[in-house]
Amino acid sequence: MSKLSIEGVGRVFPGVRGGKPVTALQPTTLAVAPNDFITVLGPSGCGKSTLLRIVAGLDHPTSGRVLLDGRAVTRPGPDRGMVFQSYTLFPWLTVAENIAFGLEEKRVARPEQARIVAEYVEKVGLRGFEHHYPKQLSGGMQQRTAIARALANDPEILLLDEPFGALDNQTRGLMQELLLGIWEREQKTVMFVTHDIEEAIFLASRVIVMSARPGRIKADIKVDLPHPRHYTVKTSPEFSALKARLTEEIRVEAVLAAAEH
Amino acid sequence: MRPLEPVSPWLRIVLGIAFFVVFVAAWSFATFGGFVSKTFLADPLTMVNDGWTLIAKFGFMTDIGMTIWRVVGGFVLAALVAVPLGILMGAYKPVEAFFEPFVSFARYLPASAFIPLLILWAGIGELQKLLVIFIGSVFQIVLMVAVAVGSTRRDLVEAAYTLGARDAGIVRRVMMPANAPEIAEILRLVLGWAWTYVIVAELIGSSSGIGHMIVDSQSLLATGQIIFGIIVIGLIGLVSDFLFKAVNRTLFPWKFA
Ligand SMILES: Nc1ncnc2c1ncn2[C@@H]1O[C@H](COP(=O)(O)OP(=O)(O)OP(=O)(O)O)[C@@H](O)[C@H]1O
Ligand SMILES: [Mg+2]
Repeated sequence: MSKLSIEGVGRVFPGVRGGKPVTALQPTTLAVAPNDFITVLGPSGCGKSTLLRIVAGLDHPTSGRVLLDGRAVTRPGPDRGMVFQSYTLFPWLTVAENIAFGLEEKRVARPEQARIVAEYVEKVGLRGFEHHYPKQLSGGMQQRTAIARALANDPEILLLDEPFGALDNQTRGLMQELLLGIWEREQKTVMFVTHDIEEAIFLASRVIVMSARPGRIKADIKVDLPHPRHYTVKTSPEFSALKARLTEEIRVEAVLAAAEH
Repeated sequence: MRPLEPVSPWLRIVLGIAFFVVFVAAWSFATFGGFVSKTFLADPLTMVNDGWTLIAKFGFMTDIGMTIWRVVGGFVLAALVAVPLGILMGAYKPVEAFFEPFVSFARYLPASAFIPLLILWAGIGELQKLLVIFIGSVFQIVLMVAVAVGSTRRDLVEAAYTLGARDAGIVRRVMMPANAPEIAEILRLVLGWAWTYVIVAELIGSSSGIGHMIVDSQSLLATGQIIFGIIVIGLIGLVSDFLFKAVNRTLFPWKFA
């Protein structure tokens, strides 16, 4: 059985000031298997964030429904951890307190909280920064804390919306390896939104390509690169072949999207 | 000098003091130079002298104490009512819809205009003074806190939801801590306004306090005493401002780190 099933989920935003309603997402159907790492790739404005927010329960579909482990999603909850594109650490909490936010909400005992926090601080390589405030961290460190914060809650599925979009290339590469390493060890179901083709291939076991607005699924491509993946895989012929194929798929959409504006 | 370029802390202090020096110099020049009649404006030395007499002979310290207690008492009462109400209004839109129109209206009612009415209701005792401060502060705090809490970053609220927070948790663990420094800043600002209300309240129907002393001095044409009273108010304001800022810095290290 699939972990997450998205059944005919569509989203139409009402027109702004008497304008025409905007179809952000055409009815979309997608099933995600347990422990799969899927990336959703598409041009800007194609409804990737909209889809992810609906899965998170932060937005409601105008048609269709989302099921997690067979149960309908109606509101946000700790079973769907989310990492946002913008920095959303709580500025008044330290790194450790941020990571413990969900645990505190679940009334986990303090010693147990401390153990879990220490474990994830270690996993995202933030030892020594536990008592820093978000303001004192670089963008990459903030996103690593955000990933730790979501994972510490032990969610059924981890949702990431272009979490590394604002980082420089080198940092982004390191963050991808870090996230992939965690996934390879922990085996979690992950849905990762990006518009970066290399990122989509490197991380995924399956890449979902979306069309330009109004978004719909255009291609569903399996990535068979072996695990554990090392960054050198990015220069392999298999990787290049996938990249060429996806570049072609995306180009058509980007041209369409550009023509529309 | 370039726009937004910071000054060194040292230069900041020197410049800040320099203004006071220029101010006192101009005042001395006008009074000692005989350009202004002594009846209308006392010179700085007379002012200091009068001030000393006030403290030593007329128990002015008690007046200062009375005034401070009135401001703080009325202000604390207002804050106790206004901060929780403001938070509720900022967080829950129906609560806001219920209170906002009235509070917006009441905010423009001048507290000093209530003094005659309050004297009728509460006499000229302490209760009346506290009520003037209360009325002058409470509506301002409610509205400003509601606006601050209502503009809590949406993405932080959403992040908390995805971490398992429920509605009460959002208010308690996100909206309140996120806006605590701003609420403290609002209180600092309104406390400054409360000082102007207390003096007005003491000018009318009072037998103690800095404002009372100022009215008494007027009938004696003792401008030195009046100026001394005004300067004392300014100094107390400066000190309370400084304390507020220092407390905020220690309470909210994340904001100033
Ligand atoms: N709250 C909203 N009200 C109206 N229209 C919206 C709203 N949110 C999104 N849209 C529209 O829906 C479309 C899809 O938006 P979405 O944010 O999902 O795109 P995206 O694929 O995540 O783009 P990007 O890669 O730039 O983040 C956009 O055209 C946008 O104009
Ligand atoms: Mg987006």
